Amino acid sequence: MTALSALVRRDIRIALRVGGGALIGVLFFLTVVVLMPFAVGPDLALLSRLGPAILWLGALLASLLTLDRLFMADHEDGSLDLITMSRTPLELACAAKALAHWLAAGLPLIVATPVLGLLLNLDMVATGAVALTLLAGTPALTFTGMIGAALAVTLHRGGLLMAVLVLPLSIPVLIFGVAASQAVIVGPMTFGAPFSILCALSLVSFVVGPFAAAASLRHGLD
Amino acid sequence: MSDLKRGEMQLSGRGVACVRGGREVFAGLDFAAVAGEAVAVVGRNGSGKTSLLRLIAGLLVPAGGRIALEGGDGELTLPEQCHYLGHRDTLKPALSVAENLTFWADFLGGERLGAAESLATVGLDHATHLPAGFLSAGQRRRLSLARLLTVRRPVWLLDEPTNALDTAGQDMFGGLMRQHLARGGLIIAATHAPLGIDSRELRIGGAA
Repeated sequence: MTALSALVRRDIRIALRVGGGALIGVLFFLTVVVLMPFAVGPDLALLSRLGPAILWLGALLASLLTLDRLFMADHEDGSLDLITMSRTPLELACAAKALAHWLAAGLPLIVATPVLGLLLNLDMVATGAVALTLLAGTPALTFTGMIGAALAVTLHRGGLLMAVLVLPLSIPVLIFGVAASQAVIVGPMTFGAPFSILCALSLVSFVVGPFAAAASLRHGLD
Repeated sequence: MSDLKRGEMQLSGRGVACVRGGREVFAGLDFAAVAGEAVAVVGRNGSGKTSLLRLIAGLLVPAGGRIALEGGDGELTLPEQCHYLGHRDTLKPALSVAENLTFWADFLGGERLGAAESLATVGLDHATHLPAGFLSAGQRRRLSLARLLTVRRPVWLLDEPTNALDTAGQDMFGGLMRQHLARGGLIIAATHAPLGIDSRELRIGGAA
């Protein structure tokens, strides 16, 4: 456990320092959401109908933006070699890295959501619903995105490949995340059904993500 | 093998072959190193010195043959008992010298020495709180060496270890290697320059 908590603490510390990835994601999220009302125009009803979709798209793109560095930085400076050789199973190390990434880059997005909800004419309940779906859904984005990040490292291709690999995996998360939030705002569906599926997607990704990423890293040893 | 004393380590490879990118780098390589011995791997550029170290470290999969450590800790795999010091320095520029070192100590685990003590040994105790991004190449190498001291591993795999070290640094490192060997460790080093300690030569890929 010491090893894993050391890894989580290190990754969060790097992300929060100058030049780290945490701030980039939130700033990107902020930019997308702030610009949207200007692009859509002053139709308040339309804005609040599009609100959850805009917030979810912003969060999805923001997490993709920082995910491709998840293993790349460690690969470039040789840390990944030592992590692979260490006594900690690679699967657990991958899970710890994903957790650190979510805490540093995913959680701030959720914290920023209530503020941004104001710009999109969402009331308290709607904003709360979007924040809750993001809380349940963004871990799935991180843990499935990790698979793409691991493949990008082993195939020596950068961010573009990562986007192509990860986007299809994140589409279900996006669909059910937005569906659950819309259910609260416009109905007539219940909130529970899509939200349960969203939670299920996250739980599946916790199991599949670390194993797939570790397998990909091991296979691509060079 | 029969004359191997109980508890004495031996790292050996039989008929090891390495293929990189579809090209055979070396094949049928036999080597052995016992506890307290340093082996200097020499050969021209591209002869596979680094590849051999990475094969031992489990970072490459051998195309043939086998590599085994006898007399080590039976609970652990060979890579788990190795220190690998490669070309890349495994340091995070945003973290301070002490943070970099304590992270690896915590993450790698096992028997360990105080971080402050090993930083003093490698001559970096004045820069403990400096971000690693500000270190010179030689200082970065010294910090990497501090990792070898802080976390104890019986097998050291060193790739051009004296690169970027000044003369005093090379002397200091020679002393560290001698201490490690005296404690019953073993060293495999890929090198062009003399190691500065008594070592057996393992030449791969024909004459330089």
